[in-house]
Amino acid sequence: MSTYFESYLTVGAFAALGAVLVLVMLGVASVLRPTKPTAEKQLTYECGVDPVGDGWSQTYVRYYVFGLLFVIFDVEAVFIFPWAIQVDELGVFALVAMLFFIVTVIEGLVYAVKKGVLRWE
Amino acid sequence: MEFLIDLFDNFWVSLAGKLLLVATMIPLIGMVIGFAEMKLSAKMQARVGPYFAGGRWGWAQLIADGVKFFQKEDIVPDAADKPVFKSAPILVLVGTVALFVVIPFGPGLIFRDLSVGIFYALAISSLSTIGILMAGWSSANKYSLIGGLRAAGQLIAYELPLVLAVVGSVIMAGTMSMSGIVEAQINAGFPYVIVQFVGFAIFMVAALAELTRIPFDMPIAESELVMGYLTEYSGFRFLFFFLAEFANMFSMSAIAATLFLGGYWLPGIPEDLLSFVGPFILIGKVFLLAFLMIWFRWTFPRFREDQLQGIAWKWLIPLALANIAVTAILKVVL
Repeated sequence: MSTYFESYLTVGAFAALGAVLVLVMLGVASVLRPTKPTAEKQLTYECGVDPVGDGWSQTYVRYYVFGLLFVIFDVEAVFIFPWAIQVDELGVFALVAMLFFIVTVIEGLVYAVKKGVLRWE
Repeated sequence: MEFLIDLFDNFWVSLAGKLLLVATMIPLIGMVIGFAEMKLSAKMQARVGPYFAGGRWGWAQLIADGVKFFQKEDIVPDAADKPVFKSAPILVLVGTVALFVVIPFGPGLIFRDLSVGIFYALAISSLSTIGILMAGWSSANKYSLIGGLRAAGQLIAYELPLVLAVVGSVIMAGTMSMSGIVEAQINAGFPYVIVQFVGFAIFMVAALAELTRIPFDMPIAESELVMGYLTEYSGFRFLFFFLAEFANMFSMSAIAATLFLGGYWLPGIPEDLLSFVGPFILIGKVFLLAFLMIWFRWTFPRFREDQLQGIAWKWLIPLALANIAVTAILKVVL
């Protein structure tokens, strides 16, 4: 088996271990713990009073704009990494190109800030 | 001895050994850091802290807590989206455990030296964001919903400075492999924090925010949101979120130590000793950084939500990008 697949297998096994840990411990706990559900206990917690309306009530999701900004910058980060490990070999040309790229993306951020995305009122 | 070495040359045997090791490591780390947090918090507030459990200094407090959580009823609210509610802690812990793959404890002492090491670590650490959002949404509780959304907004905003702060070290080392970065620092003869101090500072701030620790604990702000996305959780499911937090504290500190503080290496330690003392050096650095995080907790007040976003987008990200540009220019010119 090549080391390539061994790497994937190790990562997969570790991820699976995370799930197994949760399931095993919950399994052990389910033997030890009491289970006495009552209607009051299963009620949604709202500081001791009966919950008002639906739990999935309408909220103003301001964070969706940040979600959009995040996608732009995350993609940028993915582009930066391959260049970052080869900075010396790629030399001045790639450096200048990358600086242009970074400045362009910062320009987008400045635009968003000037647009008032970060203003809270 | 010969027999043992042959046995662990087998991929499957060594994989099983690694899994067993990490499965014991994570609860142990959770207990040690959890206990350290209790005792240090008590010291900083002029309290005694845990005292009776175990007879001396209350050392068994966390074991007693663990046993207590085993006996706690597992309450799932009727209104909750049950499959999502139940699987959220699983996803959080998967990200936590998988992060340990790339932490180098010594020369060759790494669970798997992936060539994309640090990139993998950053990618897998954002898996728990999904788990937290799932927990917040599925609880069908207003506090949980607000907490979950806050967490999503915060983790997204601070993931970028975290990722960009790392690039400085990657440029200097010329590799993304975690042990490669440590070796590059050994060859250079100094830990990168000396020239990458800006990157280190940004990384630590962003790591604090990613761990949703004070001063960035708005997602679970007790005084506003009860317990945020954890409000409806009880018993062992609740405990898993805390275990993940402490284990993530460890792995984030370990990543910071590896990238900026020289990892398992200290200047002046001969290289052939590193396989023995390396793990202790790394763990020492990790506990130093974990101590800093606990110290911050009792030093700074909680930020406001718009301040939080402002810090990330207006300061940390441009600063991290400037750090990348300056590092790259210096690397090419010098």
